[in-house]
Amino acid sequence: MSATKPRTLYDKIFDAHLVETLPDGTALLYIDRHLVHEVTSPQAFEGLRMARRPVRRLDGTMAVVDHNIATDASRYTGIDDPESRVQVETLERNVAEFNVPYIPLTDARQGIVHVIGPEQGLSLPGMTIVCGDSHTSTHGALGALAFGIGTSEVEHVLATQTLLQKRAKNMRVTVEGELPAGCTAKDIVLAVIGRIGTAGGNGHVIEFAGSTIRALDMAGRFSICNMSIEAGARAGMIAPDQTTFDYVRGRPYAPQGEAFDHAVEWWSTLPTDEGAAFDKEVFLDAAEIVPMVSWGTSPEDVLPITAAVPDPEAASDEARRAQLRRMVEYMGLTPGQKLTDLKVDVVFIGSCTNSRIEDMRAAAAIARGKRVAEGVRAMVVPGSGLVKQQAEQEGLDAVFKEAGFEWREAGCSMCLGMNPDKLKPGQRCASTSNRNFEGRQGPGGRTHLCSPAMAAAAAVTGRLTDVREIAQGKH
Amino acid sequence: MDAFTKLTGIAAPLPMANVDTDKIIPARFLKTIARTGLGKSLFANLRYNEDGSENPDFVLNQEPYRRAEVLIAHENFGCGSSREHAPWALLDFGIRCVIAPDFADIFHNNSFKNGILPVRLPRAVCDQLMEDARMGENARITIDLERQVVVRPNGEEIPFEIDPLRRHLLLNGLDDIGQTMQRAPVIDGFEAKQRAAQPWLYR
Repeated sequence: MSATKPRTLYDKIFDAHLVETLPDGTALLYIDRHLVHEVTSPQAFEGLRMARRPVRRLDGTMAVVDHNIATDASRYTGIDDPESRVQVETLERNVAEFNVPYIPLTDARQGIVHVIGPEQGLSLPGMTIVCGDSHTSTHGALGALAFGIGTSEVEHVLATQTLLQKRAKNMRVTVEGELPAGCTAKDIVLAVIGRIGTAGGNGHVIEFAGSTIRALDMAGRFSICNMSIEAGARAGMIAPDQTTFDYVRGRPYAPQGEAFDHAVEWWSTLPTDEGAAFDKEVFLDAAEIVPMVSWGTSPEDVLPITAAVPDPEAASDEARRAQLRRMVEYMGLTPGQKLTDLKVDVVFIGSCTNSRIEDMRAAAAIARGKRVAEGVRAMVVPGSGLVKQQAEQEGLDAVFKEAGFEWREAGCSMCLGMNPDKLKPGQRCASTSNRNFEGRQGPGGRTHLCSPAMAAAAAVTGRLTDVREIAQGKH
Repeated sequence: MDAFTKLTGIAAPLPMANVDTDKIIPARFLKTIARTGLGKSLFANLRYNEDGSENPDFVLNQEPYRRAEVLIAHENFGCGSSREHAPWALLDFGIRCVIAPDFADIFHNNSFKNGILPVRLPRAVCDQLMEDARMGENARITIDLERQVVVRPNGEEIPFEIDPLRRHLLLNGLDDIGQTMQRAPVIDGFEAKQRAAQPWLYR
């Protein structure tokens, strides 16, 4: 590799972590940070135990519980579900046995792994970051290379602090211009997935670039990188800039003082060089983005909120027609029906996509002074204990509670149906989470992905709603 | 991990694109701390009715596909979450090979780590193999990793591409952690260099 050849952000971080290249071209990649949770780690620790292998870098590892736990007060008196309890207890036993640093349930810092990594400064620009969870792509918003791995790879990292990797292809999604009123980072990423499809990023790492992305705060950047995996890309990245450095400064695990300045010097060299080559490029005009909502059972099945349910018979090939018919049936829809006519039963504001303080504020701005519609269950689940504390200091909890929303404890909650927060069969949910797969939020549940403001709007009107109408005082 | 050399068995057709890992194994079944026993939950939402009875329309509830060792599907198989429970559930059911036009990256990786061979073949070929598979008992398909060919019931051989390192590990049933551990001195060297340049990464 020539030192003068222009490189991408991805290439630079990859090169900086290359331990060696194996004869067949596979890279042995060094991993700076390994985040561990209860669902994808038990079999990895078991593997270490059987082979009598220790964890190589305890200071590079952090464990937390998030997927299985209840998000109401019951969590402090023990987990009801015996299997969930075993999984949490197993993690606690494993971190004790292997001396892995751990943030327990009772700690104010506990929360969703992809919220607390950045919040604690465990995730930093320029790092390689992995976790046994596909939404690890979130941390790429800091200008890091972050991706999800399976349990065998979790064990590989615990034992060796490295991974065997093939270099991915470079893809760039450029969004230029000012984001229209009522639109958020979530609408950008849903529009991108709608454009390139759920396999559009397979084999690639996506760098999000352009003036619209640069203008986003870190919460928005996390939402975008979080859903890169929904476009098939294992990692999403955004070049570190002043917004990033201001976010990182002072966080508990971030470098402090002179070390911070030294780090910023290095981080500042990371953005993609002028003229670096991308294997794939996509351009979006921010002015064309409108508030988005998913209607089907794949994150690529998104539409502007002003649209109607598509007609499966209008699709060009039979396989796609069959797929669309299945979606329309599963989602309980009628072709041609306006999306704004769809009544919701549940509203979920939370998940590693949208549970940061900025998301809480955006939802509260819509909820303030209004009431959750009759018959709708609306829940707000902050991403961490610290997000919850800050929201309460700002009085957001009171706004939500007065409007009839449930104000809950931090965790993955209704994003994935493996803790008590689940949809019942047939229930329709406006959700700020990331996946609308069949049964994702509970068997038979129907998910409509959208931004926090859109979800809050659905809560107060009782149906999918164009948030711009709320802002104009139409509801 | 069991080695994968050559497999002859019944193939189940699953003509669906974007088969996500929540479909392969819903999250409520991820609460195990073992790698085994997940076969009964494979495709649970498609395979069982709400009352827990079998859905007779789903392919894996039909003869001879209850004994399928190969699964043939459409594009982007295994998209979604990183759960290795997806290949564990396939394996526990008895599936050792999935054939599809393409796979989501994490699932693709996870399969190799568990002795499951994902084979990429063009959509038209997958459709042809699916037609073969619909002949049931009379349509045994062979996947020969050594020779890198899929053999149709009529004897026609279809070559496929595979990464040489992954082929080697799979043919020999090798655990890559042991191999990487042998590189410990190189990893030590990397750490020493990184610690000098970026001390804040070490505590």
